[in-house]
Amino acid sequence: MSFLSIRNLSVRLKGGPPLLRRVSLDVAVGQVRGLVGESGAGKSMIGKAVLGILPPSVEITGGQIVLDGTDLLTLPPKERRRRIGATCALIPQDPLTALNPSHRIGPQITDRLVDILGWTRADANTRARALLEEVQIPNPDRVLRSYPHELSGGMRQRILIASAFAAEPKLIVADEPTTALDVTVQKQILRLIAGMQARHGTALLFVTHDLGVVSKVCQHLSVLYAGMVVEDSAVTDFFAAPRHPYSAALLAATPKYTDPAAGLHPVPDAVIDAVRAEVAAFDAGGR
Amino acid sequence: MLEANGLDGRSLIRRRAGLRLWLSAGWLGLLAIAALLAPWIAPHDPLAQDLFLGRLPPFWMAGSEPGYWLGTDSLGRDVLSRILHGARIALIVALVAGSITCVVGATLGLLAGFLRGWVDVVISRLIDIWMAFPPILFSILLIAVLGPGLTSIIIAIVVIDWTRFARVVRAEAMAQGAMDYVASARVAGRGRLGTMMREILPNVLPTIVVLLTLEMGIAVIVEAILSFVNLSISTDDPTWGGMISEGRTSIHQAWWVLVFPLVTLFLTVLAFSQLGEGLKDRFDPVLR
Amino acid sequence: MGQCRHGVGMAFLRLLAIRLLTTAITLAGVAVIVFVVIRVVPGNPIAMMLPPGATEADIARLSALYGLDQPLVTQFGIWLGGVMQGDFGTSITSRQPVLDLVLGRLPATLELSIMALVMAVILGGAAALTGTRFRGGRREGAIDVANGMALSVPDFLWGLVLILLFGVLWPVFHISGRVSPALDLPFTTNFYLFESLIRLRFDLWADLVAHMFMPALALAIPLAAIIGQLLKQSLKETMNLDYVTLARTKGYGETRVILREALRNAILPTLTLVGVQFTFLIGGTVIIERLFSYEGLGNMAIDAVINRDLPLIQGIVILFAVIFTAVNLIVDLLYAVLNPRLRHA
Ligand SMILES: Nc1ncnc2c1ncn2[C@@H]1O[C@H](COP(=O)(O)OP(=O)(O)O)[C@@H](O)[C@H]1O
Ligand SMILES: [Mg+2]
Repeated sequence: MSFLSIRNLSVRLKGGPPLLRRVSLDVAVGQVRGLVGESGAGKSMIGKAVLGILPPSVEITGGQIVLDGTDLLTLPPKERRRRIGATCALIPQDPLTALNPSHRIGPQITDRLVDILGWTRADANTRARALLEEVQIPNPDRVLRSYPHELSGGMRQRILIASAFAAEPKLIVADEPTTALDVTVQKQILRLIAGMQARHGTALLFVTHDLGVVSKVCQHLSVLYAGMVVEDSAVTDFFAAPRHPYSAALLAATPKYTDPAAGLHPVPDAVIDAVRAEVAAFDAGGR
Repeated sequence: MLEANGLDGRSLIRRRAGLRLWLSAGWLGLLAIAALLAPWIAPHDPLAQDLFLGRLPPFWMAGSEPGYWLGTDSLGRDVLSRILHGARIALIVALVAGSITCVVGATLGLLAGFLRGWVDVVISRLIDIWMAFPPILFSILLIAVLGPGLTSIIIAIVVIDWTRFARVVRAEAMAQGAMDYVASARVAGRGRLGTMMREILPNVLPTIVVLLTLEMGIAVIVEAILSFVNLSISTDDPTWGGMISEGRTSIHQAWWVLVFPLVTLFLTVLAFSQLGEGLKDRFDPVLR
Repeated sequence: MGQCRHGVGMAFLRLLAIRLLTTAITLAGVAVIVFVVIRVVPGNPIAMMLPPGATEADIARLSALYGLDQPLVTQFGIWLGGVMQGDFGTSITSRQPVLDLVLGRLPATLELSIMALVMAVILGGAAALTGTRFRGGRREGAIDVANGMALSVPDFLWGLVLILLFGVLWPVFHISGRVSPALDLPFTTNFYLFESLIRLRFDLWADLVAHMFMPALALAIPLAAIIGQLLKQSLKETMNLDYVTLARTKGYGETRVILREALRNAILPTLTLVGVQFTFLIGGTVIIERLFSYEGLGNMAIDAVINRDLPLIQGIVILFAVIFTAVNLIVDLLYAVLNPRLRHA
């Protein structure tokens, strides 16, 4: 059963070109869906639409975002926000800018538990401490009293992960959670997210442009090009035989860990032209 | 990032800026004409007293006299004529004091910002000291020392307000001086003074023009304030501030003596300021 | 941690030392300039002090009395020496020590300035928050227009407009004085507003506020506009940052997000500018006190200038300069304290 089900979601720049073109995808309860595509394909846009944080310059022009059986887009804004806050969380891309510089770490994890979910301060503090231990932060009590600028990028990303899991959400959107980090800590963070997801049984929409990561973490994946889903497959099927020429080319362009000497094969122009034609045909048909 | 509503907002701002530019320029133009023609269009001698015609109300009220459109003050002087003649003084102060302040302040700011070194140290310290003076009190003090009169007012404004230009121009000149085109001009063999005049000044000029416009409004206000505390021109001369000072004392008996010069002063100051802000938006490369 | 705290102390002390030094230089400069302006101008200040028809002997006697027959540098030395010992000389008109006169009036001006600052912060803060909450809408446009108006017109004119509105058209506030003369004053300090509260004399307090309201509002309007504009701008910038977006996903409402996440960080850039602007506000009390016949330092200063009371003028100008530099100093230190990065770096 899918916890999140996006149906024919279209988003465009207000008075401008489409950014998402009738996107459909599902994330099953407790499962991980990878969302891949080149930069600017609209991956983050999908995550933002789900979490209700689209920039004011874009608008949703059609489709449904069904969360736990309810179409979010039919709810009044307040109720939508409340529901998202209660069941979803975001692991952001850049840990350096995603923590409020004027607040200590502790409240940034616990406040929502107290303010919105009605926990007692003491319970929330205990929970925060346990979470920091779970994400392997040494000396959690001191960290809870620190300000963000006193911590490294890797530490902050661990804190953001802990914070995302704090209220036991049913769905987490992780938007390229390792791209802004040092290569050395990327793997640790990735392992951490995968482990936490498995332990907590959280559904995860995992945005990345790294197919190697997808093969390790995800059960399903969607390939996006210019805001259009060109492939939606189980990960095992995909790596065995990608269905769309564009995603096949993307796979070929990924460096193989087993054979780094094989080098990169950039996506061939012919494939790009073909998928562009597909987008153009879609736009022509859609109007 | 190209945001659609951002673009809309910008064109909206530009349209509004255009409107206020024209409105304020229109009012100031009207005022300039009135000031030039005051001796011919003013219905009465602004100094002529007639105690039998004291505190006449404006034309639409009961008890008004024909010909005294905006009423008279307690000495029977025609309010409209005094406002028209007051415009002459206000505009002379605005233009002369504004321009001299601009030249002095901008020059010092340019020198400090471009030459740096001890010149900058001295000028910056002076600016700091000036900023520690309460400006109104300083100007009142200067007038008391220099004696009343138009020249004293102009000198006082220049002495006090040069820092407004110097501070901003200094910062701008510093920013411009750090840019590559200045370095290349120097490499091409242009002297320091030449670089300052040919390369820096033109880039700082829009800012200076905006500041000058704002300064003219400030000069008008300073003159009004000095007249208000009876330190401006000789007390008889028709100044807006002097009229306001008089009107303030008879406010319950003859509100028009205060209201009409106040409205004129208000609109004039607003017009200078809006003109300056409008020009700023015009010059702002981000908004263009 | 201990080492870190030690570092903080050192950085803070260094900042303090540098600022104190520049402040001292500035104040010395102010002293020299006032001294010179008053004395170097053409015309004998003593002759200006005396009524017309005074004899040469009168002038010489008075000059000697005030030390004005000495060379300028010596005069300055004597005066500065006195100032160092808290002696600012004797007022010529009232024959009382300048320091007593000035300190007696200071509380009135401080109360007025602080009242105005509070009003400006409330008005400007409300404008900024409302404008941010309803950004892009008609309400934001209305706030921008009001801000622009308020900013274009100085306190003096707002004072006159307020007199017309609330003194004449709808007379709800007093247009002159600090307190109604009919009320008896049990005060031991000159901080009337503060003391009336402490003594629980709310009738007096209300009367004081009714007198202070318009002059304070006139002073507050331009500053409120500046606060409104700056704070709104930095709030709007902050609202696009990642941590604010993240807070939205947590289920907080827009108002809560603005207050909790954005406000604190948006205040910092506004703060420094408000410091300078607050000194402008204090400078504005000179004319506003005159306009509303409010018995403060500024009103006394204008009288002193009109009466050519040189020692008093000097004292008042120096006191204003001290206040201005103190405000700037406090703002700088406050900035260092509020900015967690400076606090812990
Ligand atoms: N705030 C915004 N306003 C307008 N357009 C945007 C905004 N953010 C992103 N876009 C556009 O939307 C498209 C998709 O962006 P995004 O979802 O961030 O891509 P990615 O797949 O790299 O995450 C891009 O073409 C980008 O230019
Ligand atoms: Mg992205």
